[in-house]
Amino acid sequence: MEVERRKLEQPRDAEELRIRQLRARDMLRGELEGEDLERYVEERVVTTTFEKVQNWARANSMFPLTFGLACCAIEAPISLVTARYDLARFGAEALRASPRQADFIILSGRVSIKMAPVVRRLYDQMLEPKWAISMGACSSSGGMFSNYAVVQGADKFMPIDLHIPGCPPRPESVLYGFTKLQRKITGNPDPGWRRRYNAEGTEEWARGGPASAPAPDEVAAYEAARELAGA
Amino acid sequence: MPDAPGLELIRGEIEERHPGAVLDTGFAQERAALVVDPERILDVLRWLRETPGQGYTFLSSVHAADYLPAEPRFGVHYELLNMDRAERLRVKALLADPGEDALPEIDSCVEMYPTAEFQEREAYDFFGIVFRGHPDLRRILLPDDYVGWPQRRDFPIGGEPVTFTYNERDLG
Repeated sequence: MEVERRKLEQPRDAEELRIRQLRARDMLRGELEGEDLERYVEERVVTTTFEKVQNWARANSMFPLTFGLACCAIEAPISLVTARYDLARFGAEALRASPRQADFIILSGRVSIKMAPVVRRLYDQMLEPKWAISMGACSSSGGMFSNYAVVQGADKFMPIDLHIPGCPPRPESVLYGFTKLQRKITGNPDPGWRRRYNAEGTEEWARGGPASAPAPDEVAAYEAARELAGA
Repeated sequence: MPDAPGLELIRGEIEERHPGAVLDTGFAQERAALVVDPERILDVLRWLRETPGQGYTFLSSVHAADYLPAEPRFGVHYELLNMDRAERLRVKALLADPGEDALPEIDSCVEMYPTAEFQEREAYDFFGIVFRGHPDLRRILLPDDYVGWPQRRDFPIGGEPVTFTYNERDLG
């Protein structure tokens, strides 16, 4: 059967619109058959891969962790969720109070050496898939705090997907960074950083579903890590 | 605020009761300060607190300072407040550096002023000044396993070397 590929145009008049509606109704009832069904599918359906749809959904429904470290926390997430900047436009308005429900964490401020284990623990408690944004000069490089108390860059102890420069960055910068993160999610979901930061075995997987089941060697690494931790 | 003559009167009265306890007085920028022999700091504080007419019953701050390269090197400052007259008096005790392996010591005033407990811990945490008789002298802000006394002047700045080198030659 020959099917002509063309863009679905606007109906020319009311009669054609009615024809299309009836055809859609027949399709839903299962009464559309043969050549008519083929033509309908070619016109109306976009084919893609499951991963693409999944990543698209993930990128547009992000739950940030309600979390602030220092002055950057005033700019984000506090300002970001207000009406003026409105992170909800990009699908990330549902701030979660628990890391187990959050998709990404914004390190908003300097990380002191006493806070670093706590931040790392929060990150480890987040469920896969998860992302981290390092916001501002301090959490990216230590910033002006080149001293005994502050970790010189949060990527020393946890994987960071995105660095936002500024001291502090304006909320617009954070919004821009967030859209960059969304592009990263839709493009390349696994840059292999968990391996690079020796963080395998720290994931906590959601239960159920074949997509969420960890690989056998990751299960082994997880068990080994738990044993080492004395749990 | 005791004025300069008032400060000398206080010094004279302490001298009668505890001879030799007050080493010096200082009056700068409207702030009166007594420099006290660290071995007798508790005598002086108790006298200032309990003598009628003095009544410095409130300790608003205890903090340490490092005066390197001056000798004696460390200072412990007690900021006292008379709540009735709203008068402040600073009591300083200067401690010599006992050397590499030892820490400077001074008596704790927690018994007299319970508020000093955390502040003395902080002075210990950052300057390594040991308060004898403190009920629970351990680090308060830094991690428990931290090594070193980071607010001392000879403590390295730490962090990472700054990589902006464009004017390195001008700065020498």
